[in-house]
Amino acid sequence: MSLQKALSAASPLTLRIVAECPVTKARACDLTLPHCTVNTPVFMPVGTQGTLKGITVDQLESLGCQICLGNTYHLGMRPGPDLIVKAKGLHGFMNWKRNLLTDSGGFQMVSLVELSEVTEEGVNFKSPYDGKEILLSPEKSISIQNSLGSDIMMQLDDVVSSTVKGPRVEEAMHRSIRWLDRCIAANKNPDKQNLFAIIQGGLDAELRKACLKEMTQRDVSGFAIGGLSGGEEKNDFWRMVTLSTDHLPQEKPRYLMGVGYAVDLVVCVALGCDMFDCVFPTRTARFGSALVPWGSLQVKQKQYAKDFLPIDPDCHCPTCKRHSRAYLHALFKSDTAAMHHVTVHNIAYQLSLMRSVRQSIVEGRFPEFIRTFMKRMFPSRDDYPGWAVDALASVNVTLD
Amino acid sequence: MKLELSRVIQGGARLGVLQGIGRTGQHSLKVPGCLLYTHFGTVPHLTQDTLQTVNNLPSVTQVTLSNIAEHQEVLEEFKEGFKAFAGLHNTVLYCSLHDPATRSPTGYATNKTVSVWGSGGRIELTASKFMALLKTVKPDWYQSMADGETWQTNTSRKRIRKSVDRTLAYLDECLLVHQKSQDLDGVELFGVVEGGDVMEERVRSARETAKRPVAGFCLDGLQTGSVDQALRTQLITSMTTELPEDKPRLLQGVGRPDEVLACVEAGVDLFEGFFPFQVTERGCALCFNYDVSPDPECAVLELNEEKHSAGDNMQPKGDLNCEDQTQMTSFEMNLKDKRYQDDFKSLVEGCGCYCCKNHQRAYLHHLLVTNELLAGVLLMIHNMTHYQNFFGAVREALATDKMDLLKKRVHGETRNT
Repeated sequence: MSLQKALSAASPLTLRIVAECPVTKARACDLTLPHCTVNTPVFMPVGTQGTLKGITVDQLESLGCQICLGNTYHLGMRPGPDLIVKAKGLHGFMNWKRNLLTDSGGFQMVSLVELSEVTEEGVNFKSPYDGKEILLSPEKSISIQNSLGSDIMMQLDDVVSSTVKGPRVEEAMHRSIRWLDRCIAANKNPDKQNLFAIIQGGLDAELRKACLKEMTQRDVSGFAIGGLSGGEEKNDFWRMVTLSTDHLPQEKPRYLMGVGYAVDLVVCVALGCDMFDCVFPTRTARFGSALVPWGSLQVKQKQYAKDFLPIDPDCHCPTCKRHSRAYLHALFKSDTAAMHHVTVHNIAYQLSLMRSVRQSIVEGRFPEFIRTFMKRMFPSRDDYPGWAVDALASVNVTLD
Repeated sequence: MKLELSRVIQGGARLGVLQGIGRTGQHSLKVPGCLLYTHFGTVPHLTQDTLQTVNNLPSVTQVTLSNIAEHQEVLEEFKEGFKAFAGLHNTVLYCSLHDPATRSPTGYATNKTVSVWGSGGRIELTASKFMALLKTVKPDWYQSMADGETWQTNTSRKRIRKSVDRTLAYLDECLLVHQKSQDLDGVELFGVVEGGDVMEERVRSARETAKRPVAGFCLDGLQTGSVDQALRTQLITSMTTELPEDKPRLLQGVGRPDEVLACVEAGVDLFEGFFPFQVTERGCALCFNYDVSPDPECAVLELNEEKHSAGDNMQPKGDLNCEDQTQMTSFEMNLKDKRYQDDFKSLVEGCGCYCCKNHQRAYLHHLLVTNELLAGVLLMIHNMTHYQNFFGAVREALATDKMDLLKKRVHGETRNT
């Protein structure tokens, strides 16, 4: 134990718990990473290919983003790790001064590449660009992530769809543990780059616990809850989340992968998660869907053609300060900048939602925040999703 | 609005300032200069945040009825005019008929109507509908209705004569409404000079238009691809001799730097700023040299080296009649080219734009090959900046008698000077 602590202290990450909600499992932390301190709970926008869809790094910074994602699979393919090393890492390549988190590449491998085969060695796949056979092993994933120079790297895990059941789930869980050990051993920059483990085990509580038990014994900087947000029942989803946070160490950050809907964020903060990422807010923006406290607003719909209000009159983002729904509605017919306007708004929405969540935790009124948030989000109590009501009840929050 | 000319160079080039422009008269625009090109009030790809990174933005923003016409009902209900609708503050709004970056089909103008093409298809405008639209747009300047369908080569004389007649008739109709309308008080109308490639018609159109109470002149039907530059220069010269000295001349549809220079020398004051957009759309960055500062030795070398080394994938010069405006010109570099894959220089060494200060060619190359939206954003910022600076150089060259040097630079004949 004392050895583990000493190693942890040397890791390029410190977590200071600023406040804990006395009612729920929520906490507000200052997560200090090599490039800056991140205030949690935090939503991390996804910049898949070394850019956040049409938004400049200055815009992203001025929206208050402290950490964003890059995708190892995409960046490993194009422009490739060698070029990124020459560009002084992904930070240098995209000129982003704050923190970056990179995934392992495994998820894309399974979701995007049809011709992939998982063996103990790693994931075998055919490059969609030149058809070459490539092996993504734990060592290879970490080597690419070392080249990218991200502040947080994710282990390569054996990803199984959350709707799959049976022995494959157990196999994947055990393999993910073995791969974690290989990732830890492969990290060439433990003094500069953090490695997070990914808890697997599907929707099986016993497998999850077994995975948690093993992985929490490893010397990693933080933990992600993986294998969820893949189309499983929400009832299963939240139970796996809360089970995971129950067994994760307090002093390390917990990252719930692939979660980004506002309700999910608020509930999962209550369940004890600190970090979230999702392509949804930026992807949906490009289709003209703006996120608002009462859900979403489809700017391209005809009803907004003569609506001269901003997307959200209470929003302080550059889009809402200058443009009306009607203008954006019309602009969608003329120029791609319309997408950028909504993207800026949606990132602002996500980040400001998380800032409000944090503020309420710090001020000891998070349960009240949740109640107000839910009232605004849903027309009536009857519309509250059952899983959210149950999940919140499990952490002592009853909704009016 | 007052055009103060500080220099008129023999042969025609004019240097000066349009003073007191905009309804409140607090803006000015240096000439020769270009307008801010937009799609529906938005510079392509750019939000206000990204646009504001560009220094010395033109004080006049151009919008086109082709974008606006289909939203007339909305603007009528909004009532405050297009500037307020589009969130444009502190700019002069100029409303023209067509988008200079796209070709409008021909065969639709009639004695009573012209057509514009929006996202929902063709919209036919009579003079009264045209003027009703402008009353809702509430621009500071606008282009009069015009039959500009004569840009295609081999348009018959008869058709050209008809376009001149029609355009004058439209102008009279517009003026009638304009003068009676309180909504258009203080709004400036630009008459449109047509005449295809027929000298006499050009002269007639210019002479007749100049008789009307217009604030300035749009020279139409001479866009890139319609005539070669030698003929364009002749036609422009024939018109400008008919036009009063004290009113601005806006040339439509011409944006290539070499053509701009020739047209400036023929007496053109204003250009539409669409060229940087076209360059951006083909994934290119403007990199031509326009440096006429007293000590060019160090400043120009880098630029020229780039141009020469990139020469093999460039279009031959002089291909002015090229129909396809999507083709690259010799004024730009194609960042999709593999040579830039591991090139960590800025697009143009010494350029002060947001893109060049923050990003490298290799990154732009990556954004282009991965079809990322940020490529358009960054290229647009750079290309606009480069183009604005080019116009600054044109004015400086006129002020300091260096037009010949500037032409040499722009044409890329300055290696090792």
